[in-house]
Amino acid sequence: MSQLNKTTTPWKARLEKNTISLFLWTFAWLCTTALVKFGSKYLWDYDTYLSAAAVILNIVVGSLMILMNKRHLDSSDEMMKKIQLDAMAMSLGIGLVLGLSFQQLEAVKLISFQPQIAHLVMLMSIVYALAVLFGRRKYA
Amino acid sequence: MKNRLKVLRAERDWTQAQLASELDVSRQTINAIEKGKFDPSLPLAFKAARLFDMAIEEIFLISYSRVINRQLFNC
Repeated sequence: MSQLNKTTTPWKARLEKNTISLFLWTFAWLCTTALVKFGSKYLWDYDTYLSAAAVILNIVVGSLMILMNKRHLDSSDEMMKKIQLDAMAMSLGIGLVLGLSFQQLEAVKLISFQPQIAHLVMLMSIVYALAVLFGRRKYA
Repeated sequence: MKNRLKVLRAERDWTQAQLASELDVSRQTINAIEKGKFDPSLPLAFKAARLFDMAIEEIFLISYSRVINRQLFNC
């Protein structure tokens, strides 16, 4: 038990480092998404090459964000992984089921507006956040 | 699954954070295992057994009655 007095373990330090990396790459992806959306309109007046470059940059940064998310999950301990897995299952399941139902509402004339992908993203994000909170409470 | 982790930890006067640090998991995970809310993986159970210098079954106790009931009476 020589290391019982240590305060920061390699595991904890790695998790903190990966959490910060994930935050930074998520922020970078958000910025490139905004660049694609607003850049073509306000910065380069829908220039084809610049728009394509912005989209490619968005995909590359997004891919790195996904890799960072995987690395973050890998560095989490087993209970955290379980909480994340449950949250992702809920998010994917509810997103798929309610997303398809919501999309059909317009087709069967129950709503007058066009369902957007952003609605699905918001739903999945809210479900994911709530499921993580619920999981943390469950094991607390 | 029941376990004696809390007792063994208390006997050695270790905190949850110290034990978590030694097992490379979070303090919350130790807390959940001690309360029986979360079952550790086999590698983590082995790690705990090695740390306490005991056999796994001396630390983690499965509810045999349930298993036997399932095997004998299929319920």
